[in-house]
Amino acid sequence: MIHYLKTPLEDQVLDRLQPGDEVLLSGIIYTARDAAHQRLMSLLEAGSPLPFDLKGQVIYYMGPSPTPKGAVIGACGPTTAYRMDDMTEPLLKNGLKGTIGKGSRSPKIREYLKTYHAVYLIAVGGIGALYSQMIEHSEIVAFEDLGTEAIRKLRVKDFPLYVGIDTQGRDLYTQ
Amino acid sequence: MRRISTASIGEKLYEILMTVNFELPGDVRGAIENALEVEEHGVSRSILKRLLENNALAMKKRIPLCQDTGMVVVFLEIGQEVVLEGEYIEEALNQSIARAYEEGYLRKSIVSNPLTRINTGDNTPGVFHYSLVPGEHIRMGVTVKGFGSENMSRLGMLRPSDGVEGVKAFVLETVALAGPNPCPPIIVGVGIGGTMEKAALLSKVALMRDIGTDNPLASLDQLEKDWMKSIEALGIGPMGMGGRTTALGVHIETYPTHIAGLPVAVNINCHSSRHSEVIL
Repeated sequence: MIHYLKTPLEDQVLDRLQPGDEVLLSGIIYTARDAAHQRLMSLLEAGSPLPFDLKGQVIYYMGPSPTPKGAVIGACGPTTAYRMDDMTEPLLKNGLKGTIGKGSRSPKIREYLKTYHAVYLIAVGGIGALYSQMIEHSEIVAFEDLGTEAIRKLRVKDFPLYVGIDTQGRDLYTQ
Repeated sequence: MRRISTASIGEKLYEILMTVNFELPGDVRGAIENALEVEEHGVSRSILKRLLENNALAMKKRIPLCQDTGMVVVFLEIGQEVVLEGEYIEEALNQSIARAYEEGYLRKSIVSNPLTRINTGDNTPGVFHYSLVPGEHIRMGVTVKGFGSENMSRLGMLRPSDGVEGVKAFVLETVALAGPNPCPPIIVGVGIGGTMEKAALLSKVALMRDIGTDNPLASLDQLEKDWMKSIEALGIGPMGMGGRTTALGVHIETYPTHIAGLPVAVNINCHSSRHSEVIL
């Protein structure tokens, strides 16, 4: 089953997704990996505003290679998701609806996704060159000093993914 | 006695880095093509095809195969008849890394201190292993090692009575625990024996061997083929999607060890095994 999804993600659409389904995602997504997550956690703890509104949004765990002249972005495949497991719930609580990464996640993520009605989508690791061709626009929106780990706003077109964990907490890797 | 300039070694390293980051080595591409011939799982087949498409595109458009362009690991076997000339070898190598990662638009992934974590900005330093061997040649092995797979590696200090079955169980357990995380299909490097650090080093040396080549020791070659079957039976498959293509190869290296110990290290590499070797 292939789902054509557009961001921001809507609840009714998310309910149709099941583990293993293919997704072609279009629209705006944000990148954040280890260091950016630590910064976001600090902002939330301090009660400070976040650099972008999380409502209905999707975070892609990714740090690209540098952009060559004339290109939109460098190689840009997923990084392993479990490292962000302890920093995911506060973002879901603020409206985040989807995360994109690779690999398995801890059991508590399944519970959180059920509670907050969100999904985990899997990108294929090690095909960063191919993924770079599906990104139409990229700009840094926060933490520029983090280099590759800065938060980027990407506009993607038919970005190929698989449903890893659905809104009922069902996990492709434990089924 | 033979004189070799450190600048010429650095130049070779630069050339290798500007190649391996953009083009899968022939052994890896061949192993993926072979896997595609026998893989029956639908999603896994489409992932294997994408790996090959990614390789073709990376070569054509000079985009890195993967955004994680790794930590550079260099093995230098230096003939003891060789005299190195020029600047300090490690400076020459690090300069080549910095130049390749800047000019090739490769990601700078190295932090200067593992605890304070400030990016060095040029992907240096690399990790360098030197060994002295007879003769007057230098053999340089290079890999750019991604950390999604490095993080899934493990070391165990087993008991002598655990024996070969215990080692096999540890290797299988490591692959199973890693699951989809290290970007399967993986290459499994196994170092057995020596001391703790020797086993770890051997496990990385094992990853440098070309996939599809036999282990020079018949007894180890047999173990590799047996363990490969058992890994296939785990059914993890490409990116954990299922199917039979969990590993492209299992490579074992051994070294004498102590009567009290059986060290085992398992170093995992992703399908994007970017490795190369040159003799100077």
